[in-house]
Amino acid sequence: MDQKQAELNRNLAQMLKGGVIMDVTTPEQAKIAEDAGACAVMALERIPADIRAAGGVSRMSDPEMIKGIQAAVSIPVMAKCRIGHFAEAQILQAIEIDYIDESEVLSPADDLYHIDKTVFKVPFVCGARDLGEALRRIQEGAAMIRTKGEPGTGDVIQAVRHMRRMNAEIRRIANLREDELFEAAKELGVSIDLLRFVHENGKLPVVNFAAGGIATPADASLMMQLGAEGVFVGSGIFKSGDPAKRANAIVKAVTNYQDAAMIADLSSGLGEAMVGINADEIKLIMEERGK
Amino acid sequence: MTHRIAVLALQGDFAEHENALRQCGSEFMEIRQRADLQKSFDALVIPGGESTVIGKLLRELELFTELQARIQAGLPVFATCAGLILLADRIENDSAAYFRTLDVTVRRNAYGRQLGSFHTEGDFATLGRVPMSFIRAPSIERVGNGVTVLSEFDGKPTAVMQGNQLALAYHPELLADHRVLAWFLERIASRGKMG
Repeated sequence: MDQKQAELNRNLAQMLKGGVIMDVTTPEQAKIAEDAGACAVMALERIPADIRAAGGVSRMSDPEMIKGIQAAVSIPVMAKCRIGHFAEAQILQAIEIDYIDESEVLSPADDLYHIDKTVFKVPFVCGARDLGEALRRIQEGAAMIRTKGEPGTGDVIQAVRHMRRMNAEIRRIANLREDELFEAAKELGVSIDLLRFVHENGKLPVVNFAAGGIATPADASLMMQLGAEGVFVGSGIFKSGDPAKRANAIVKAVTNYQDAAMIADLSSGLGEAMVGINADEIKLIMEERGK
Repeated sequence: MTHRIAVLALQGDFAEHENALRQCGSEFMEIRQRADLQKSFDALVIPGGESTVIGKLLRELELFTELQARIQAGLPVFATCAGLILLADRIENDSAAYFRTLDVTVRRNAYGRQLGSFHTEGDFATLGRVPMSFIRAPSIERVGNGVTVLSEFDGKPTAVMQGNQLALAYHPELLADHRVLAWFLERIASRGKMG
């Protein structure tokens, strides 16, 4: 991938900012998401809450199913491949997916290596819990970062922890002396060039969304106020009582995240939220996949 | 006279537009909801993003009718990518249409999916070569009589102007070269409004 393509891929993420990316499993759901104002959809066979419930190995979705979703909507379509499974990523690129999520939600295919994303032409988004993980993924070619959170729980605590940690580390790096950056790069296991970017600009070199456990307009507002540039909503929409209404409300809450009165209205009469599991009650910890 | 530019900040790369305005020394404000329309502004920026999302939020946040009336009344507009789609009279491959104040027909995602996104350089009006990034970009398939073409790619217009409206299929705001925006700002400064 040349420098221009890398730039164009980061640019697409910039177009998604201030928006909501929704998990969908069928063309019908994709249409509901688009009509509700999703800026992109994530096509997958099972949403994280069901992956959790079903157990077993979770893999890339059937390309036929993804193509059905591509045909149903005009907004960008993303799909997930397993961490390290570059053959799945090649397949997703072959069907011209707009963005690949190398995701801890699926069972990892490699416990050591992530995909070398620099050799792909399509962009990648990757999860991260802290600045080190984020910069390592960017070094490998990720054009967008999202917090990992704890998918499929409806519990926002991990997304909050990851966003706070990442931004606290960014502030720390921005305040270091030039000559302290080398040691920081060593500690974080990242390249000095990427760390210099963070030092000089006080932000990641790519767009950073919140993901994992976001289920309500208030959750979305919380993540935006903590510095997210947009949000992914996975199980939170289609596991709720009235998906279209909830999706709609979350989209508006992201745009007007600082207007509590509007979010009060948006939060009213939404029907049942996804039931959710507390993140400390679950056995399978997805956020620990891929470091 | 200093101008204040309103940036439509519902979704998309509005922060990049704000950064470009900052670099051009312009004062700006954001429009996110109806109350923001009470403030005074002299021009409007419609950013890139997803036109379906911005178009829907314009209507549901009750911004649409008033902004449309102001554009029709001569409010200068600078629009990129999704912004062009929102201004267009007709969208060839979509039954939706939004402001319909710009007499062009556009085609959404004309270059295909993200694999079709590209970067090039081309002549813009009198500015000479400018860099152009097309991200899942629309094309302009037809222009009306009152529309001036300012740049082209592959035989198709990529930037057009009609009276108070300047619309581009690409994204100068993503790049360090802000000459196109400066050109727009100079025109509104020198004439009070464009046209």
